[in-house]
Amino acid sequence: MKNICLHFQVHLPFKLRTYRFFDIGTDHYYYDDFLNKSTLLRVAKSSYIPMNTLLLDLIKKHKGKFKVNFSISGSAIEQFEKYTPEVIESFQELAKTGKVEFLAQPYNYSLASIKSEEEFRKQVEMHSNKIREVFNKTPKVFHNAHYIYSDYIGDMVLNMGYKGILIEGARHILGWKSPNFLYCSANNPKLKILLRNYKMSDDIALRFSNQAWDQWPLTADKMAGWIKNLPQDEEILNLCMDYETFGEYQHKSTGIFDFMKTLPDAILNHTDFSFTTFSEIIKDGQPVSVLSVPNTTSCADEERDISPWLGNNLQREAFDALYKHVDTMHAITDEYILQDWKYLQNSDNFYYMSTKFFADGNTPLKANPYPTPYEAFINFMNVIGDFNERVKKAPKTHEQIQFSKEELDQEIAKHTAALEQLIELKTKGNIKK
Amino acid sequence: MKILMFGWEFPPHISGGLGTACYGLTKAMTKQDLEIIFIVPKAWGDEDQSLVKLVGANNIPVRIKKYSFRDESIKKAHNVQYVEIGSDLIPYVSTEEYYNIINNRVNTTKQLKQYTHTQELDTITFEGGYGGSLIHEVGAYARVARQIAQEFDFDIIHAHDWLTYDAGIAAKEVSGKPLVIHVHATEFDRSGMHVNQFVYDIERRGMHAADAIITVSNLTKSTVVNNYGVSESKVTTAYNGVDDVQLSTPQKFKKNVDDKIVTFLGRITFQKGPEYFLEAAAKVLQRKKNVKFVMAGSGDMFEKMMWRAAELGISENFYFTGFLRGDDVIHMLSISDVYVMPSVSEPFGISPLEAMRSNVPVIISKQSGVSEILKHAIKIDFWDVDSMADAIYGIVSYNGLDNMFKTYGKVEVDNLKWDSAAKTIKSIYQNTLSNA
Repeated sequence: MKNICLHFQVHLPFKLRTYRFFDIGTDHYYYDDFLNKSTLLRVAKSSYIPMNTLLLDLIKKHKGKFKVNFSISGSAIEQFEKYTPEVIESFQELAKTGKVEFLAQPYNYSLASIKSEEEFRKQVEMHSNKIREVFNKTPKVFHNAHYIYSDYIGDMVLNMGYKGILIEGARHILGWKSPNFLYCSANNPKLKILLRNYKMSDDIALRFSNQAWDQWPLTADKMAGWIKNLPQDEEILNLCMDYETFGEYQHKSTGIFDFMKTLPDAILNHTDFSFTTFSEIIKDGQPVSVLSVPNTTSCADEERDISPWLGNNLQREAFDALYKHVDTMHAITDEYILQDWKYLQNSDNFYYMSTKFFADGNTPLKANPYPTPYEAFINFMNVIGDFNERVKKAPKTHEQIQFSKEELDQEIAKHTAALEQLIELKTKGNIKK
Repeated sequence: MKILMFGWEFPPHISGGLGTACYGLTKAMTKQDLEIIFIVPKAWGDEDQSLVKLVGANNIPVRIKKYSFRDESIKKAHNVQYVEIGSDLIPYVSTEEYYNIINNRVNTTKQLKQYTHTQELDTITFEGGYGGSLIHEVGAYARVARQIAQEFDFDIIHAHDWLTYDAGIAAKEVSGKPLVIHVHATEFDRSGMHVNQFVYDIERRGMHAADAIITVSNLTKSTVVNNYGVSESKVTTAYNGVDDVQLSTPQKFKKNVDDKIVTFLGRITFQKGPEYFLEAAAKVLQRKKNVKFVMAGSGDMFEKMMWRAAELGISENFYFTGFLRGDDVIHMLSISDVYVMPSVSEPFGISPLEAMRSNVPVIISKQSGVSEILKHAIKIDFWDVDSMADAIYGIVSYNGLDNMFKTYGKVEVDNLKWDSAAKTIKSIYQNTLSNA
């Protein structure tokens, strides 16, 4: 049985507004609502809505033979709920077909997995609860933000109860091995590992409209031809890309929708591959080998490490400035602070501070609102400056006085009496003229 | 290739960025096998002459011929070349000197080679710098240029900024050699929209007479093309570079305060945008008291700035140093924590590069030519005082930035060498000569 998993990542960050240092202490709202809303409205129209409609048609047309997988970040779902409920509805339509699987992620596409196990666990839980609440599905396979992975992260994921994880098929972890098999973790073989075939995924995601590419134009038949020519024993092909590839990064006029529309037919008719979901593979598949990944990897750039987010001093300082609160947060009850804590962890905030793109320039910062990393850093640190103050002043659970029931009654009686006295004063007209 | 180059000043006698730029450029050009005869209105004698041949126009003996003196003896001296001097130059020469000139007429050819001997006799006096009789001197310079062009052997003429354009044109007329003009600034940069018509006319004349034009940035190129009616094909951008620092005097200032120091360095004039720096300083000081602001330089807005600082009540943290020269500039930069260049209009702007070379983070206006090539700098609109204040606050408050600027800024600026400008200019010469 040969399987293709199509996987789409949907993520939209809550981008920060221009937050000046003189806002510190006076204004606690950090987000650029206009930018976030207008971005979403644009992408919904160019990508989410037409693509969801197309996928729904394909699922109906192929009667169970066409399946897809989604990772949708918590911040994306929240923005859909806030600005474009029709996008949520169309995802729900897809979920109802039963041919769509949702993967678990850290809630806000954060880097928590490399910082704190507890925070990481909390965010993954938050995310799967959200998926359950909105789509009535329980994620069974895990997919970390930016495919960040190491043996240690694998252990944490397995401890959370996930039996499979999707990671980047980076050459430095695979070596001579092919990404087109099922593997398992060297630390614990119970965790099955699925690998993104970055070559073929990026043929669609990055190179589709590149006319300088020697394979341009890419058609569904050509893709099917490549798949057919894969070595006979290779049994899994994971094609994973940002959902915004369709219609946003690759404009409609490049023919990307027509490509997608004809791809299922081409593959089903010309190859012995069929479409499936990750959990089906995890359930039945047998790993061919173990994978050991001692160092953290990701899907980004040639190096495929975590340097795009934590590669320079600015990023590390900003990261530490935020995560110094990680232990305090458990004691915070103020829901606004907790919400900001969640949004600020968004990995994009650190990505904008990267200096790597000065050097190579071939990976454009996707919709980076800042002209230089320095401005991104200053803005973020201004926000952190305000956030620090709020956290400092906020009541913490462990500081709150604990009362027994009798003590509580006494306190209430005491304050009620005082209150009554005040009311009495007022009725007697004892007011300063 | 031999270049006859007209400048206005040369280190160490400088009043602006032009002298520094000419020095760096000529130094790099000699490495490209270009031979340079550099003409300045007044040579002081202590300039660095190891690389270029520096000629002060005040040392060029100018034989003055008045029509009334056209007697038999002068006509016979066929080897004497004459320079017509207008009546406005008469005050420079006394009657006694006239007498000497006439009597020495036969020896003038020899004297040309012994500048010092003739210096007191028949040279035109230049004040140097941007003096009161600037317009007058520009005219005089052009007349001397005519003489110089005949004395020296060269292939191409290169004139730096409007002060020397007329000299360049004169040299071109006499020699028939192609003229390249180098635009470091235009009248629009210096005066905003209140353009001095006289200066504009000279600039326009120079640009149209030139066979090729070099601009220091694309910003300047667009000014030249749009405001002077010059064909774009004639204009090429060659970005300035920056030299390595060599301090000749020991460190003068020590940083004795814990406070962070934010520096503005440049002429205190409309063009440099000092008032925006001041307003931004006031905003930062509202929130952060342990920051000192320094405005180094002098200019026509100096008093206005002092009044404004007092009005905002920030004089305690806002310092004026007056004009800084030579090593003092480097010393000032070395104790700075942030350098701000809020220029309203800056054709290039070498000073941020000097700051980065001293490991100082820079904030520059988007209205500067240097912002076209710098990556590791914060770029703001000159009028956006909020952004400027925010950037200053960020750099003095968040430690990570310092380190980053040191790592990346230094490397970036070390790669901005005059050599690449010299190469570009050499190819401009070659094209110009082959088209001529």
